[in-house]
Amino acid sequence: MPDAFEPVIIGFTCNWCSYRAADLAGTARVKYPPNVRLIRLMCSGRLDPTFVLKALSSGADGVLITGCHPGECHYIEQNYKALRRYLLLHRVLEQMGIEPQRVKLVWASAAEGVRLAQEITTMIEEVRALGPLRWPTAAQNKGRQPVMAAQEAVR
Amino acid sequence: MTAQAPDGSGQERIGVYVCHCGSNIAGMVDVVGVAEWAAQHLKARGVVIARDYKFMCSSLGQELIQKDIQELGLTRVVVAACSPHLHEQTFRTACANAGLNPYLCELVSIREQVSWVHTDKTAATEKSKAVISGGVERVIQHAPLEPLHVPIHPATLVVGGGIAGIQAALELAEAGFPVYLVEREPSIGGHMAQFDKTFPTLDCAACILTPRMVSVAANPNVTLLTWSEVTHVEGYVGNFTVTIRKKARYVNTDLCTGCGICQEKCPKKVIDEIYEAGLGYRKAVYTPFPQAVPKYPVIDRPNCTYFQKGTCRACEKFCPTNAIDFTQEDEYITVQVGNIILATGFDLFDPRRITQLGYGRLANVFTSLEFERLSNSAGPTNGNIVLRDGVTTPKTVGIIHCVGSRDRNYNNYCSVICCMQGLKFAHLVKERTGAVVYNFYIDMRTAAKAYDEFYQRVLEEGTLFVRGRVAQVTDAARLPSEEGKLIVQVEDTLAGKQRRIPVDMVILSAGLEPRHDAKDVAKLFGISCSSDGWAIEKHPKLDPVATMTEGVFIAGCISGPKDIPASVSQGAAAAARVLSRIQQKEIALEPVRASVDETKCSGCRICNNLCPFNAILFHEDRMVTEINPALCQGCGTCVAACPAGAISGTVFSNAQVLAQIEGLLLLNLEYAPSAEAAPV
Repeated sequence: MPDAFEPVIIGFTCNWCSYRAADLAGTARVKYPPNVRLIRLMCSGRLDPTFVLKALSSGADGVLITGCHPGECHYIEQNYKALRRYLLLHRVLEQMGIEPQRVKLVWASAAEGVRLAQEITTMIEEVRALGPLRWPTAAQNKGRQPVMAAQEAVR
Repeated sequence: MTAQAPDGSGQERIGVYVCHCGSNIAGMVDVVGVAEWAAQHLKARGVVIARDYKFMCSSLGQELIQKDIQELGLTRVVVAACSPHLHEQTFRTACANAGLNPYLCELVSIREQVSWVHTDKTAATEKSKAVISGGVERVIQHAPLEPLHVPIHPATLVVGGGIAGIQAALELAEAGFPVYLVEREPSIGGHMAQFDKTFPTLDCAACILTPRMVSVAANPNVTLLTWSEVTHVEGYVGNFTVTIRKKARYVNTDLCTGCGICQEKCPKKVIDEIYEAGLGYRKAVYTPFPQAVPKYPVIDRPNCTYFQKGTCRACEKFCPTNAIDFTQEDEYITVQVGNIILATGFDLFDPRRITQLGYGRLANVFTSLEFERLSNSAGPTNGNIVLRDGVTTPKTVGIIHCVGSRDRNYNNYCSVICCMQGLKFAHLVKERTGAVVYNFYIDMRTAAKAYDEFYQRVLEEGTLFVRGRVAQVTDAARLPSEEGKLIVQVEDTLAGKQRRIPVDMVILSAGLEPRHDAKDVAKLFGISCSSDGWAIEKHPKLDPVATMTEGVFIAGCISGPKDIPASVSQGAAAAARVLSRIQQKEIALEPVRASVDETKCSGCRICNNLCPFNAILFHEDRMVTEINPALCQGCGTCVAACPAGAISGTVFSNAQVLAQIEGLLLLNLEYAPSAEAAPV
């Protein structure tokens, strides 16, 4: 174990709003901790709950899902479908014994770089407080290194 | 997850290119170390070369990639640099030039998402490694794709008939292409038609605007749809289907000659809140102003005596051509267009919100738009600058700048035009009444051609300038000299003291705000707007008239406050963008589409209700679902929903995303050969 726990968070972003908000945060040099790693999707509606479970089971301590504000979806209404799946996923996670706070949904428009950075920072702190997830991963079963060890190996 | 190269040699041959971006990335990320790490640790995943370079996007940087593709036989390319929204196309083109399918290239962002947002160099370097590792895993799953080619319909829809929209429509029509110009008021002209003079040249607004209005209406390529609103938009770039509601005019435009007798005879006077800014009257049947284009009046149904009480019909009786038609109904028309230009303009900030300035409570406090009408020779006072009583000429006038702008309580932004507008008012008041004029300003912003010279001119004319934000406008006199006056309470920050300045008239140089329904418009056309409501440009500097929605362009104040020259430039610029599209006859689109593997589809129909574009159809006979690639927009919601995994989406497939997750979490590292210690 490293002396201080640094959570790893996988963030899913929408190509039209939150990914651009992340770009804007960059352009405006808004700072946030480096614990989040973003994946670009075309829409939060593309988010297959499997992606979240895959991330958690592969070593992520939290998953941030982001999309356009309700009513502002580039594809008209698909973020509502993301919301439905998210709420259902929360119940599943709870039943699996995973703190639901590890998976969070945040709306961020393309103009909200500062807000996205704040939400990322908040979530990192929340997950840090929860501690490592240490999901007994399929990866481990196959003899793979868990992510923590892999990350130490990187250094 | 093994990746077989098409030739069966076992693995992809991947090149990784890490950009310094000068010091933009290299200042926070050890790019050389990252490239070395990728060459070493991702070798087992197929990375055969990893380089760093000062500017990957330069032609030398691109040549580096092209040379490697040709000499090393790369089958995949990962570039770690800036956001894909900036340079994805650059690197895809570079790959294509070297003979590699452009969709086998992945650009991962280590600038916007790493070096610019993090402060710890070690952590930023480690994150860059993870991001590159994610890109490598993802790119292995990429498939060669061809862009979709969409034909561009030559017609264009321009929404908003202000000066920006007129300019855009004229450019397109004069180039020989059909334009539908939609305006919700009875006449085109927009805010500019309300002005008297335009700064800094003091041209008469009507004199320069009306010829444009006439030529746009007279152009055979322009279909002018005033008193109309867009109600529905379907389709995508190249082929939009737009539904427009033509509100009932109750005037048959085929018969009407625009003689104006109906307006003369109509007994019902209505306060004109829009064109006259509430200062003047119009009739219930009206054209907003004499030079209105088109010349046909409209009947204002809620105010028409016949519609409300069932009697009157004066206009009908006196119309010499029997053009009045009370039986007209709203008409919905559908048009096909290839591109859309939105030029919907602005609303004036409502100064009632700043109660201490007294607007709406103190009679002689005017808004800027009211003053425009007051000073307009075609306005309610024939251009006489008088107090609200309609007769008294003011002897002292205070002009308050930055009303609702540069104010944390209202709008943070600068409304751009109000300084020059205030100066113009000062000049007009001085010229026409000889009154003493005070300008209360925070900073003077006169940054455009001939603007500062105009400021100097107004200074020389003897207008007084007081630097400071006005605390309040009141009629509560403290001294005999203040009796019957409006007192402007202001901190004079240059003199360093509080002042009370009695004036007869106060003009509020109010800021500009997004249209009250800007968000509805954004939603209707599928564009984004900021939390204020201003439309967001594709790029604020390099692409100010495009939006993130292909085929939808913006011009004028829809994206933020602008003066007339800027609005006209944007109208022309948006038209130029559309023209280049039309001339190309087709556009290449990202092949982001969903498709169904019919052999896996169980016919459960879960996906059937998910598509807002009606791209999913179900074949009852075969009990399988099919996706129409022409209608699919590529959001991927159905891909995520399919329980059988029968739907897959190109560019963002399950395999790609799952692989990227593994890569980001560095699970791929244990694929490395166990003899890690061996030099690589």
